[in-house]
Amino acid sequence: MGFLRVKKSEDLGGSSADPTAPLLEVDNLHVEFRIEDGTVRAVNGLSYTLGRGETLAILGESGSGKSVSAQAVMGILDTPPGFVTQGSVKFRGVDLLALNKKSKTYDHVVPEVRGTRIAMVFQDALTALNPVYTVGWQIGEMFRVHQGASRKEAKEKAIEMMERVKIPSARERINSYPHEFSGGMRQRVMIAMALSMDPDVIIADEPTTALDVTVQSQIMELLAELQRETGMGMILITHDLAVVADVADRVVVMYAGREMETAEIDDIFHLPSHPYTLGLMESIARPDVHVDRLTPIPGTPPDLLAIPSGCPFHPRCTYATERCPKEVPELESVNGSHSSACFYWKEVQVEL
Amino acid sequence: MGRYLIRRVLQFIPVFFGATFLIFALVFVMPGDPIAALSGDKPLPPDVVQALQERYHLDEPLYKQYGIYITNVMQGDFGTDFRGRPVVDLMKDRLPVTIRLALLAFFFEVVIGLTAGVVAGVRKGQFFDSLVLISTLIVIAIPIFVLGFMAQIVFGVKLGWFPISGYRQGWFSLMLPAFVLASLSLAYIARLSRTSLVENLRADYVRTAKAKGLNNRRVIGIHTLRNSLIPVVTYLAIDLGALMGGAIITETIFNLPGLGRAVFEATQAQEGAVVVGIATFLVIVYMIANLLVDVLYGVLDPRIRYE
Ligand SMILES: Nc1ncnc2c1ncn2[C@@H]1O[C@H](COP(=O)(O)OP(=O)(O)OP(=O)(O)O)[C@@H](O)[C@H]1O
Ligand SMILES: [Mg+2]
Repeated sequence: MGFLRVKKSEDLGGSSADPTAPLLEVDNLHVEFRIEDGTVRAVNGLSYTLGRGETLAILGESGSGKSVSAQAVMGILDTPPGFVTQGSVKFRGVDLLALNKKSKTYDHVVPEVRGTRIAMVFQDALTALNPVYTVGWQIGEMFRVHQGASRKEAKEKAIEMMERVKIPSARERINSYPHEFSGGMRQRVMIAMALSMDPDVIIADEPTTALDVTVQSQIMELLAELQRETGMGMILITHDLAVVADVADRVVVMYAGREMETAEIDDIFHLPSHPYTLGLMESIARPDVHVDRLTPIPGTPPDLLAIPSGCPFHPRCTYATERCPKEVPELESVNGSHSSACFYWKEVQVEL
Repeated sequence: MGRYLIRRVLQFIPVFFGATFLIFALVFVMPGDPIAALSGDKPLPPDVVQALQERYHLDEPLYKQYGIYITNVMQGDFGTDFRGRPVVDLMKDRLPVTIRLALLAFFFEVVIGLTAGVVAGVRKGQFFDSLVLISTLIVIAIPIFVLGFMAQIVFGVKLGWFPISGYRQGWFSLMLPAFVLASLSLAYIARLSRTSLVENLRADYVRTAKAKGLNNRRVIGIHTLRNSLIPVVTYLAIDLGALMGGAIITETIFNLPGLGRAVFEATQAQEGAVVVGIATFLVIVYMIANLLVDVLYGVLDPRIRYE
């Protein structure tokens, strides 16, 4: 896993970072959107831990709360209507969320980690980059705002960053605008911007979904390589497990804002233990995984305004019994760090 | 950027000829005989009528008259009125008032309209936002001359804050008329900039700016505002024409010796040369202003420069 550089302890939000604590600990996170039609429960008790140099994939269908959970960690939720109603997010032992006594929700109280210690890469770099500023300006802005660099210094640093993410002839392209780049190069610009402050954690929200297949793997390789160099922790949000298979160490499978299964990447492929995970794998083509048929999961993702009782997946599940709508299955250890939130994980394994 | 500008300039050529020809033709078909109007009740002797007709090319077909006219205009000669006074002299006389009025109105429009719109957009759904939405709707619903009379009665007669007629106090005399002239566009600008800002605040790049760890001020002021201004600037360009058209009504209501009132008076007196001259001049001003806005537009939005 390359060398892991341990950054020296520093003050974050008034408390001292613990150098031995995991990079990121998300515990029992709940996020809801209070809109006119009711309460959209987007994240319902998500927990995960990210260690140094580790890559965690968060997998799930559209609307399962992947992006919203990342936004809560970053402290960039649209508030209102979005609120963290429960749970904690710890960065190197420091609590990023604090209870707001008046609203009974949690505020992100350590803004100084944003962009510098925890950085984010978004899905579609064309819309995620500002169309009216040059890429050099946008990367350089990080150095100017966070390190007080002059315009000239910032530009030099931006060129360095662009070279680091292997954008050819960076010096000449520094004054180009986002729309003048190809999709892959634009995503490299985003990555350069995210890495500019040498963050401990990078959250990549479907970084390759907007790209075509060959470029996808180049970007994944680049991310993996940069991670090896820096030892940062990485969260890869995806709805396609195949894309992250070579890069991720662990996987969290999300459904209706809840964790369905979590395991090492190999275990997920070889011994999926939740009907939903099984469904996800059957809906993607992958040569090294044996599946009989390529079928999408029947039914539609749940209405987050009225999540089904019990196991939220039960209306779409072929294993469901009368127990499933009545009782919420807890995350239960299948084997070591491999856990599944299904009453019938043994039956699921048997069928394989 | 250079090619973009050249293309814009070239596009102005047909616009210029089209607009001026239309104005010319419309005035030409105005009912009534200007020579008869000049003489009053007593008919002129036929040889005088003929001399006048020849002098002003009234006996030539329309397209020929236009050709002669536009050639002269391009040499800075806008013709003379029926009393023999060059139209250019009249314009020189009246222009400063109108320019001041328009500038002041434009200033109100941009400063007040934009500020109100941006603040309302940032505070979407709060009290100030509702205030802006409702008050602008009222302004939009009321015709400009009603607004003018109301302003005269309230701020001039009742409160006595501002002069309501004439140009004796210079800039100060222009405050109320400029505000009335600006009011409609001001309301549009406020609404447009509010909507544009609210829309842009939802954009992906704003989320990126937040994720970069920038403070709110920078996220809005540097990242969102410039994008939000793009449609506003486009509107400002279109609006310059409305300001000038509006000046005719406003200058008449407030009795200001500007180009607008000159056009109004000339129309009543059937002074075709004056009407066409001033209208042609306004077309030129409008086109130059548009070009400036196009440049600004290109500066604001780099995607435009290369399309
Ligand atoms: N600003 C918002 N207001 C209301 N609801 C929201 C808002 N943002 C997200 N949601 C809701 O939260 C739920 C989870 O959204 P999220 O973006 O996290 O999904 P996702 O797993 O990232 O899906 P995708 O693969 O489509 O990106 C969705 O049902 C969405 O409608
Ligand atoms: Mg998403």
